[in-house]
Formats: sequence, structure tokens, C-alpha cells
Amino acid sequence: MTHAVTDVVTMIDRSVRLARRNVDTLFASILLPLLMMALFVYVFGGAINTGTEYVNYVVPGILLLTTGYGAASTAMVVADDMNSGMIDRLRSLPIHSFAVLTGHVVASVARNAASTAIVILASLAMGFRPGGGVVDWLAAIGLLLLYVVALSWLAAGLGVIAKSVESASTLSFFMLFLPYLSSAFVPPESMPSWLQPVSEHQPITPVIETIRSLLIGTPMGNSGRLALAWCSGLLLFSVVLATSLYRRRNSR
Amino acid sequence: MIIEAIGLRKSYGANEVLTGVDLSVEEGSVLALLGPNGAGKTTAVRILTTLTKPDSGTATIAGYDVLREPARVRGAISLTGQYAAVDENQTGRENLVMVGRLMHLGRRTAQRRTAELLEQFGLTDAMDRRVKTYSGGMRRKLDLAMSLIARPQVIFLDEPTTGLDPASRSAMWDAIVELVRGGTTILLTTQYLEEADRLADRVVLLDHGRIVASGTADALKTQIGGERIELRFSDEVQLLKATGVLDGVAGELVLNVPSDGTAAHLHHVLDVLRDNGLEPERVSSHRPTLDDVFLALTA
Repeated sequence: MTHAVTDVVTMIDRSVRLARRNVDTLFASILLPLLMMALFVYVFGGAINTGTEYVNYVVPGILLLTTGYGAASTAMVVADDMNSGMIDRLRSLPIHSFAVLTGHVVASVARNAASTAIVILASLAMGFRPGGGVVDWLAAIGLLLLYVVALSWLAAGLGVIAKSVESASTLSFFMLFLPYLSSAFVPPESMPSWLQPVSEHQPITPVIETIRSLLIGTPMGNSGRLALAWCSGLLLFSVVLATSLYRRRNSR
Repeated sequence: MIIEAIGLRKSYGANEVLTGVDLSVEEGSVLALLGPNGAGKTTAVRILTTLTKPDSGTATIAGYDVLREPARVRGAISLTGQYAAVDENQTGRENLVMVGRLMHLGRRTAQRRTAELLEQFGLTDAMDRRVKTYSGGMRRKLDLAMSLIARPQVIFLDEPTTGLDPASRSAMWDAIVELVRGGTTILLTTQYLEEADRLADRVVLLDHGRIVASGTADALKTQIGGERIELRFSDEVQLLKATGVLDGVAGELVLNVPSDGTAAHLHHVLDVLRDNGLEPERVSSHRPTLDDVFLALTA
């Protein structure tokens, strides 16, 4: 058991160090969401009617986009690892099989926390005026964290089965696409009727609605419960998927 | 026997990579798996190091079953693969300490072993540079150092010198000889006959997934014939005369005379030729190389 702790800590140490030194990915996962936010607030925002200040409407969506992007890059990091000579060494060591992926997931969460903090600061500078008390903020951060962990595990699983870094980036593309079909940038009511169910019955919308409700006081409805259910389910599914794919790849 | 494998078989689809391979390696000795590309060398190593499961057959390393006790096997071995298994974006020192910790050495022990190995492999000056700035030879050295950090009982080296320049190859050979002196058991794969000849106590010749010959390098050479003296003549007439007075096998302007390799025998051959008024153009002595063995057995 103590070995398991050492294994995981050592692998987290490795992944965080590698992530910190992968300047391109780090830079992109901060810069891209900032650019997207500027684009929506200053360029598209004026034409989108949400009944509130658009910046207040869009920031929760941008936060999810940020974390989605950061989590998706985990798929590429894992794929890079799985296709390097290093993985054979790691697998021929007497370590627990979940240690390698856990290291990458924790590094992903740390990277996301940093970029999310920067995005929140930038949004305040662009005029985002959230309400909400300490408890609301803690709840919002907790939900975002759960969402990031779940998404990072899913990305790690995609990274394990990807044949190359390029295919990992293709596989993770839908993670970046899903937010556009949610209530992140425009109210679902403005979408064509056939698209509205897609927007309403996907995990991103309840997560965004919950964060909106916590931070800017829109009605919560049952979004909170739905968001928790989606995220926990996704987490459970992703962990099982990623670790079993990792093991299966091990025995070829 | 510290490595014992019986009847290893493995196919990928219709492609039979191993068709029943038996191996046994005595503790403290070096076994070379010799064979061309696609002979199944790497697959055999992957099975023995728990990375791949065989379709059938069993193997034990240091008494542990590779299928039933993979974790214990991994604790007793190390693998240095064909491609340097190092993190490009970590420094040499970080790579070593990390593997030491994953082999469950204490923090201090891992750091002490790291310093020792960096020194031993001449990497101390480069230890705080990221590995991506290292040359190919330095990466291989670091890779091998990472394999040695927890003093494994058995070391697997999969083509340890493929792609290295002659100087780095010779440095790698020295490092391997040093390990053997320290009593480590080594199983290495190679395409280079010279490498097997130089490093291995026993050689197993693998071709199309089956063992075609095994034994010491010397035994294999003897198996296809001993030493010979090659006499080259300037014309057919001389060759014909020589064939009459010496017991040998004639080729094109060449007579091969079996020999015991002593100077006395060489003297005798030359005396016989002189007494008969024959003067070969060139004289050379040949020991069969593993190349000859290889060609004779895999052709």
C-alpha cells in the first residue's frame, strides 16, 4: 500500500514536471480560452441577446471550454507516452497500473486549475460581475473540479487507445465541440428545434446552468442534481474505461 | 536456472512470431539471442519481461512465473529496449531518481545510486541537462544506467547497440562486460554476430520464430567445421599438383586445407609445397566466424 502511494506520488511528480516544461501546450491552454472569451464578449456578444450582460452569460461557458481544452490535451500527453519507449520501461517496473494515468490526470487538473484562475481574473477585467457568496463559489469550484477530473480521465482513456498523438487530438476533438452545442454561448431556445434536445440533454448544459446559477443567480432548477449525476457518472465510467484499456494494451 | 522458458508460442493473427521456443540461462551468465529482423527476438524478450502474454508455454524468472507473478518478476529484472526509454523533458538525474523511486528504493538510496551511476557512465557533467540535448550514445548510457539503479538480478538488453556509432558501441560493450563481472545475469538480443561472439557465454540462433542452433560460440563454429588454411595459386596446373600432395578441398584457384591452427601444421603444409616445387600466391588462415554459422544454418 505504501508502495502504491510512492508510485502515484512519483508519477504525479513526473507528469507535473513534464507538463510544466511543455510550454506550447501550457501556453495554448491558457491563451486559447482567453482569445475565445475576447471573441465572444467583444465580437459576437453584441449580436446575441440573452437578457443579461453577455459577459456575465458567457463566462461560465468559457470556464467549461477552458477546462475541456485543458483536459483534451491530456489525451495527447498520454498518447505521446504510450507511443514512446518510456511506456515499456514503466510497464516493466513493479508499479501499480493506475499510477501512470493518475499522474497524468493530476497534472491535467493542476494545469487546468492554473488556467481557469487566469481566465477568471481576465473575465473580471473584461467586466464579468459575479454575485454569489463564499459557499456558492466553493460549490462552483467543486463542480468544475469534478468535471475536470472526469474529463481528464476520459481524455486519458482516449490517449491510451490512440495510435498516435495526431489521432489522440482527433479523438478529443468532440470534447471541444460539445460546449458549442450547449447553452454556453447562446440560449438553447435560439437553436433550431431539432438541435434543442441535443443541447438540453448533454452533460455540459446542466454544468453550465449550475455554475451560472451559483455565480450570477439565474434559476437553478434541477441543474445542480443533473450536473452532479452527469459528472459522477462520467468520472466512474472514464476511470474504469481508462484503466481497463491501459491493462488490455499491456497484455498484447 | 535463473531464466527458464518452455514452449513459448505467440502469433499475431496469421503471423506466427514464436513457434515453440525453449530457453534456459544459468545465473551469472550471458545468453545472446541472435537472429535477423523478424526472427522473434523482441517478442521473446517481451514475454520474459511480462510485457506480452504468450499464447502458450511457460516461463519463470528467478523462480517467479511471468504469467502468475508478474509483479515479482518485474521486481527482479530490468529491461533496456531497442529505443532509449528515457523522458526527453526530464534531466538525466531526474530520470534516474524517478526510476529508483519506482523500484521502491528510499529517497536517499535512490539519490546515492543516481550519483554513482552518473559517475560510472560518465554523465555527471550532463546530469542537469534535459535528455533531449543528449547524443544517441548518451541516451543509451542513461537508459542502461536506469536499468541498473536497483541492482536487478536479471537484465534484458534488446539490441543494446543498434544504431550506435563504433565508439559508443564499444563503450556499451565495456559496460556490459563490467556488469557480467559483477555477477549479473544478462539476456541480450542482437543482429550482430560479433557482439554475440564477444559478450555471450551461450548463443541461441533464432530464425522465423524457432531455435535453429544453440551452444557456445565456439561449439557453433566447430559444428560447421574447424579451422582451415587457404592457399591461393596463380594457375590451374599448380592447384592440380597441390591437390595431389595435400588433403584439402579445391575451389577456384584455391585449396582449403583443414588445420589444427598450430604454426607447426602451417610449416608442414608450406614444406610439402616447397618440396614439390609449388609456390602459392597467397596463404591465409581462417576460423569460421559466427557469420559462417549463421549463413550455414539460416540459409
